[in-house]
Amino acid sequence: MSLDTPKFSELDAMYDVENAKVATEMYEDPALFKEEMDKIFKKTWVFVAHESEFPDKGSFKLSHVGLDPVIVVRDRKGTIHCMVNRCRHRAATVCEVKKGKTSSFQCPYHGWGYGLDGSLRAVPYPEQYGDDFDKSQHGMLKLRTESFEGMVFATFNYDAEPLVDFLGPEVCRYMTLFMKQGGGFPVKVIGEHQFSVPMNWKVQLENTTDAYHFPIVHKSFMQTLDEKTEDLFAFMDKNEGWVEDLGNGHSIMMMMPSREDLDERMDDPIEPRFEWLAEEIRKEGYSEEQVKRIVLAVGGPGFNMNLFPNVSFSLSFFRVLTPVSVDQTDIRHMALGMDGGPQIANQTRLRLHEHFQGPMGFGSPDDAEVWERVQRGTQGGEELKILVNRGMVDEEPGVMGPRGHVSAETGMRAAYGMWKRMMDEGANDV
Amino acid sequence: MFDTSTSSTDLLTEVTAFLWKEADILDRKAYDAWLELWLTEGLYILPMGDGEDYENQLNLCYDDDKMRRMRIDRFNRGFSISSAPAADTVRTVSRIVIDSVDGEAIKVRAAQHVIEDKFGRQRIWAADVFFTLKKTEDGFLIERKIAKLLNSGGMLNSFSYLF
Repeated sequence: MSLDTPKFSELDAMYDVENAKVATEMYEDPALFKEEMDKIFKKTWVFVAHESEFPDKGSFKLSHVGLDPVIVVRDRKGTIHCMVNRCRHRAATVCEVKKGKTSSFQCPYHGWGYGLDGSLRAVPYPEQYGDDFDKSQHGMLKLRTESFEGMVFATFNYDAEPLVDFLGPEVCRYMTLFMKQGGGFPVKVIGEHQFSVPMNWKVQLENTTDAYHFPIVHKSFMQTLDEKTEDLFAFMDKNEGWVEDLGNGHSIMMMMPSREDLDERMDDPIEPRFEWLAEEIRKEGYSEEQVKRIVLAVGGPGFNMNLFPNVSFSLSFFRVLTPVSVDQTDIRHMALGMDGGPQIANQTRLRLHEHFQGPMGFGSPDDAEVWERVQRGTQGGEELKILVNRGMVDEEPGVMGPRGHVSAETGMRAAYGMWKRMMDEGANDV
Repeated sequence: MFDTSTSSTDLLTEVTAFLWKEADILDRKAYDAWLELWLTEGLYILPMGDGEDYENQLNLCYDDDKMRRMRIDRFNRGFSISSAPAADTVRTVSRIVIDSVDGEAIKVRAAQHVIEDKFGRQRIWAADVFFTLKKTEDGFLIERKIAKLLNSGGMLNSFSYLF
């Protein structure tokens, strides 16, 4: 593909919807990657932060929208802003602190000062710009920002539909269910693992609603679980779960339907693996009802949900992808806890997160290995297709889109369908 | 205060020998031998960022005896694709400083450089390593080991070996 001639006629060759086949170039072509950054990451809602990461007035966090480094910040009124981390004068970043609190942002090069809303407030020695210099035209480049359930999304596209419309009713419903792992407290990000993987971003996009890989790639994790917990993760054998296309490229993988809504498990006895924890929480004076709710929350809900294009909800954490180049993607695994909840419960969440996630977890390194193996594998056999057709044999209509077997590749088809739609829509703007 | 029964040079030599032995065990991936270097109550921690309240913060790993044994078991059983085979490593431990000696407990810090190779790609990692060693009849045992990677709170890669 050449850089200057988008070949939209080739979109069918990139993703063949009918046969669910993906072209090798989808992971390998730098020109295609550049188009994706413009037509997807510059056009749609991209997750940038959770509200708990910058809870106070003046607190901020650095993030990315596609390749663009951004600052997400709360102003003095608590309104959330997102702007490109670049001075309007000569482009220097105005902030290199990953997270913190401030009253303004000042460019270190020539001292241009910006308010928390990105507006230009002060220019040293302004005389040389003349009397008609208009500060209001030189604010930082702002993105549109909206939140749902504490999840902050931003977009460069001021014509984009409202966030909740983009998410759709089913995603919103599942997000609310997901947040029940706050156990009656607000969900709070209590740390994040970060690791970079030599792979195309879509290799990750495919993974969060891929149950098929779980018993293979994560066998060594499963072997470290007690029998009861191992049984909980044996969803492939039980055949109770499903994967469903939730519209706009989003999908859900319901692995443990009994844990779709934690509130419905309130009458169950406490799991033996958490009896010790319940006892510790009781000692702190919590009511039996609270103890149950908190312990259930520690176990987390029973589903993964993937949002197009960059964030997913995976049992008990958020997984965020940031494309870096056609064959490099940064991954963040954000651990979640209960803001104001019992310390022992949050400690347990931290240890569970460390057990599976991150650079030294018992799960993530194996994921990273197979993702890299995909990228290495696509160096050969360019004419071969990547198959995402698993489970098409018995898909049925769901609420928003097709619903298939728990190990069906329905979620990948949802994502690639949206990919194609967005790449095609981009064509009309050129 | 330094233990007066051993000269500080002798102690440094003994500690250095122990740290080098551990480094050699880790590069050879002789993990069963590594487990033998630990006190049962020992903690092996790879923190992220500057915080030191390890119990209440997210770490790369926070291993008590049980987690340590599970981690080694996972490496040894051969079902973990990232560690079958794992990256090869060559490491050096140097700039060893004895911070304090309190009875049988010796606090030591050192620099560790690890070069890993997998798929013909080499990566370099540097860490400040903090040990609390206990002197026993069988030699030193590790009560606490904290390996703080450079950029530990930033973007890393996944690891198939130990620091």
